[in-house]
Amino acid sequence: MTRTTADTMPAPRLADQRRNEVIRQCLSVGIATGAYGISFGALSVAAGLSLWQTIALSALLFSGASQFAVVGIIAAGGAGAAAVATSSLLGLRNGLYGLQVSRLLKVRGLRTIPAAHLTIDESTAVAIAQPEPAAQRLGFWGTGLSVFVLWNLSTILGAIVGDALGDPKQYGLDAAAPAAFCALLWPRLKSGDARAVAVVAAVIALVVAPHAPAGIPVLVAAFAAIVAGVLPARGRRDQDVDDPGTSPDGKAAS
Amino acid sequence: MTLWTTVLLASGLAFALKLLGYVVPHQLLDGAIVSRVTAMLPVALLSALVVVQTFTAPGGGLTVDARAAGLLVAVTALLLRAPFLVVVMLAAATAATLRALGWG
Repeated sequence: MTRTTADTMPAPRLADQRRNEVIRQCLSVGIATGAYGISFGALSVAAGLSLWQTIALSALLFSGASQFAVVGIIAAGGAGAAAVATSSLLGLRNGLYGLQVSRLLKVRGLRTIPAAHLTIDESTAVAIAQPEPAAQRLGFWGTGLSVFVLWNLSTILGAIVGDALGDPKQYGLDAAAPAAFCALLWPRLKSGDARAVAVVAAVIALVVAPHAPAGIPVLVAAFAAIVAGVLPARGRRDQDVDDPGTSPDGKAAS
Repeated sequence: MTLWTTVLLASGLAFALKLLGYVVPHQLLDGAIVSRVTAMLPVALLSALVVVQTFTAPGGGLTVDARAAGLLVAVTALLLRAPFLVVVMLAAATAATLRALGWG
């Protein structure tokens, strides 16, 4: 929260100590996030995707929750359209992150493409946590690239190991998927509103599940929970949204 | 839709959504409602995915089996601030152990 001199001085360069500090943050986030690419790789081949399809998801889709959703819905026998729809709804937030990160990065031309591709929870969170512009850019690129490299390497490792294991149920891999979703959900449950939306969505999904094909209950629950949980909050202006993608503007506005 | 179509379509749309934030005029997506919906949508989707993947039976109905025990252990691990990979592995190990013992 403390403002550094870099905010008020024209010098764009970071002191060595600050640079190392940011790089350490980037790498620790990269390693922590990259590690669970192993579970994604294993779950993906268990769901019936080939090694190359698994690799393609990590390299091209590159957004953890969306990737887990695609393989989870396919594993449950859901339609491709439901998998794509759920994945894309989950990916909407990256667009909002891009909106905020693009102001910090000020990228132009072709560099917009790698910047957009690396716009995920982690790179956004590290970038907006930095007080000075040079550190914001370093935090974004450093975290995005380290997560990308490690996530893809560990995906391959997980896919190969998962393939060699055989029957996924014997190793409890079908319980690993909901646990992964739960761990992705956990840090988003800080506000009471978020917890209410989560409960409503869970209840609706369970009610719809026995009557709809795989993949559909999740979409129905999400829409219903949004309508029930988000729209009535319109009138409450004092609400804090504590998602990493929606809070950095206090800095820009001050 | 083949698996490859699903993979590539999901990937293309994911990239398009990321790019959107860089190319659309900022005031277009800046509203408070858009922010709230974008913050809450992942919460709703992830929560629904958790329960659907834990409690639906292969035939389509609801069931409580080894996966539910795995989820219980995962939540406990999250309450104890365990890292992601530990949470996932504990859940898998719980379900695998229960199945080896002949339950679920």
